[in-house]
Amino acid sequence: MAKSPEEEHPTKAFGWAATDPSGALSPFKFSRRATGEKDVRFKVLYCGICHSDLHMVKNEWGSSTYPLVPGHEIVGIVTEVGSKVEKFKVGDKVGVGCMVGACHSCDSCADDLENYCPKIILTYGATYYDGTTTHGGYSDVMIAEERYVVRFPDNLPLDAGAPLLCAGITVYSPLQHFGFTKPGMHIGVVGLGGLGHVAVKFAKAFGVKVTVISTSPSKKKEATEHLGADSFLVSRDPDQMQAAMGTMDGIIDTVSAVHPLFPLIGLLKSHGKLVMVGAPDRPLELPIFPLLMGRKIVAGSCIGGMKETQEMIDFAGKHNITADVEVISIDYVNTAMERLRKADVRYRFVIDIGNTLKAA
Amino acid sequence: MAKSPQEEHPQKAFGWAARDPSGILSPFHFSRRENSPDDVTVRVLFCGVCHTDLHSIKNDWGFTKYPIIPGHEFTGIVTKLGKNVKKFKLGDKVGVGVMVGSCRSCESCKQGLENYCPKMMFAYNSIYHDGTKNYGGYSNMVVVDQHFVLRFPDNLPLAAGAPLLCAGITVYSPMKYYGMTQAGKHLGVSGLGGLGHVAVKIGKAFGLKVTVISASPNKKDDAIKRLGSDAFLLSTDPAKMKAALGTMDYIIDTVAAVHPLGPLLGLLKVNGKLITLGLPEKPLDLPIFPLVLGRKLVGGSNIGSMKETQEMLEFCAKHNITADIEMIRMDYINTAMERLAKSDVRYRFVIDVAGSLSE
Repeated sequence: MAKSPEEEHPTKAFGWAATDPSGALSPFKFSRRATGEKDVRFKVLYCGICHSDLHMVKNEWGSSTYPLVPGHEIVGIVTEVGSKVEKFKVGDKVGVGCMVGACHSCDSCADDLENYCPKIILTYGATYYDGTTTHGGYSDVMIAEERYVVRFPDNLPLDAGAPLLCAGITVYSPLQHFGFTKPGMHIGVVGLGGLGHVAVKFAKAFGVKVTVISTSPSKKKEATEHLGADSFLVSRDPDQMQAAMGTMDGIIDTVSAVHPLFPLIGLLKSHGKLVMVGAPDRPLELPIFPLLMGRKIVAGSCIGGMKETQEMIDFAGKHNITADVEVISIDYVNTAMERLRKADVRYRFVIDIGNTLKAA
Repeated sequence: MAKSPQEEHPQKAFGWAARDPSGILSPFHFSRRENSPDDVTVRVLFCGVCHTDLHSIKNDWGFTKYPIIPGHEFTGIVTKLGKNVKKFKLGDKVGVGVMVGSCRSCESCKQGLENYCPKMMFAYNSIYHDGTKNYGGYSNMVVVDQHFVLRFPDNLPLAAGAPLLCAGITVYSPMKYYGMTQAGKHLGVSGLGGLGHVAVKIGKAFGLKVTVISASPNKKDDAIKRLGSDAFLLSTDPAKMKAALGTMDYIIDTVAAVHPLGPLLGLLKVNGKLITLGLPEKPLDLPIFPLVLGRKLVGGSNIGSMKETQEMLEFCAKHNITADIEMIRMDYINTAMERLAKSDVRYRFVIDVAGSLSE
C-alpha cells in the first residue's frame, strides 16, 4: 500500500497544498527525502507565486495530481549538503526554479538545455527518479540535486529575486538565444505582468530600445516611468499600431490568453522574430502572407537550462535587477491566487515563507 | 483617357492573358516599353507554369487587376540591349523570375535583398516605375532591367531549368537562411509538387537526409526512386507519424492548401524549424504549446535576392539539378491550369513559348 505523504520520506516537511481542482490551498504535512550525496537541502525563506501555480492548482492543463504543493521560484539558506556536492556549502543563499531533474543523456541535456529534455522532472506535481511525487516551494524545506540549484549573489535580495527563477529565466533565455541583445535594436514586450515587467528590465540592461505593447492604457505610466520602457503601444488602438508597423527587430510575447498574432507580426521589421513565452491553450491564427513577405519568424521558448539560469542570476546581480513584488504571508495565499487571476498584482506575489509558514 | 494595352508602349508584343476570374487564358495583343539604358529585351523561349499563376488568374488572393499575363519562370535569348547594359550581350541565354524591379534605396535593397523591398515589383500584376502594368512571361518578349535578369549557365537546359527561377529559389533561399545545409541533418519536405520535388533534389545535393511527407501514397515511388528521397512518410498514417515524432531538424512545407501545422511541428526535434512556403487563402492554426515546449519556430521566406538566385542557378548547374517538367504548347494552357488545380502534373508544366506562341 502506498505510503502517506508524511511517511514517504525520512525527514518531516510542512507546506500548503491544493487537494482538489478548486485550487484552495491549506496546511499540509508531508516529508522530504534524506540528503543524498549530490543533494543540497535548504531552509526556504521565500517563494514566488507564478501564474503556472494557479493553472496547476486548478488542474487547468489536465495534468495535476493531488495533493499538490506548488512553488517553483524558491529561495533560502543551505542547511546541509551531500558528500559529493562541490559548489555549495551550509549558509549559502540559493534558489531552485522550475526543474529538479532530467535524463542527462539526451542531446538537450548535453547542451545544458535540461529544460528541453523529454524526461524533464518539474519541481512540483511530477514524478522523481525514486517514483515519488515532487513537492514545490510553498513549504519550509526544499531539497534538490546540486545541478538544479543556483547561487544567489550577495547583493540580490532574496524576496525580490525569487521570481527571477521562473519569470526571469523565461524571458532572459529567449532575449539571448534569439539575439535581442544588440544595442540599438528595438524590442517589443507584449503584456506587462510577472514576465513582461522583468523582460523590460532585462532588455533595458542589454541596451536595447523597449516598447511595451499592452491592451491597458493605464499601464503606460508604470511602463515608461517606473520600468524604464522607451515607449508604450496600446494594442487596441489601430492608429498607434499602424504607426509602429515594421519598427521592431523582435518581440517577446508573454500573454497566455488567446490573442491575435497578425498585428504583432505587422510590428516586426523584415527578418524580425516574434517569440511566444506565454502558452495559450488554443491554437492562434497564423497569417501566412506577412510571414513570407517579410521573412518573419514565430518561435516559442520555455524557461532555460541550468547553466543559463545561473548566468541570468549573475547578470541580475550585476545590474541590480529584481522583480517588483508584493510580499505576503502564507495565510493570504488563496486571496493572492484570486487576485492573480484578475492580474491584480504589481507584478509578482512572493510568500514570506521564513516568517509566516509555521507547522501547526 | 488611359491608353489601351496595345497603345501604351512603343514595342508591339503578344501573349496570352486572363481577362476575368474565370481564369481562362486567350490570345492578347499588348505592348512593351522602349528599352531604357539599363533594359534588356528577352525573346522568351520557355516559361514555367507556377501555382501562383493559377491563383493570380482566378484572383484567389483578391488583388488581381485584369487583364493579366502570368509567367515568372521564363528563359530566353537577349535580343536588344539598352546603352548602359554591360552584363549581357546579344544572344546570351538568360532567365527572369518573380521580380523585375525594386526601389533600390531602402534598407533591404541596399543589403541586396530586393525580395524584401516593400516596393518590390513583380513580373506580372504589378505596377512598374513608369506607372504601367507589368505583363509576364506567357508572351513573346519581355523588357527587363538588367539587374533583374539572370545569366543561365551553359549546361543548364532552358526548358527544365526555367522552373528554378521561382520554385528553385523559393526553396533554396530558406534552406540557406535557416541553416539547412549541414550534411547529415534530417530535412522533411511536406508536399511533393513544383516546390517540393526541387526541395528534395537540392536537399540531397546539400548532403541532407530527406523524408518526403505527403498525404498521397502514390507519390512514394516517385519520391524515393525518381527524386532520391531517403524516406517517405504518409501523413495520414497515425502510426507512422507517431514513430517519426521528434526526428527532423527542419521541414520545408510547400503545401498551398489550408492544412494543420500541429502534426508537422511534432515531427521536429527540439530547436526544429518549420518553414512555410505555400500561400493558403486563409490563416493557418498555430498551436503554441509545441513551439514553447520545444523552442521550435515557424518561419516564412519569399523567393530570394537576385544575387542568391544567380548563386542557386550556378549550384543547380554544378549538381545537374533541373525540374521534372511536362512541356506543353501555349494552346494547352487552360487544360494545364485545370490539371494543376488537381495537382495532376509531375511536377511543373513548361510552356514551349517560342515553339507554339503564334499570333
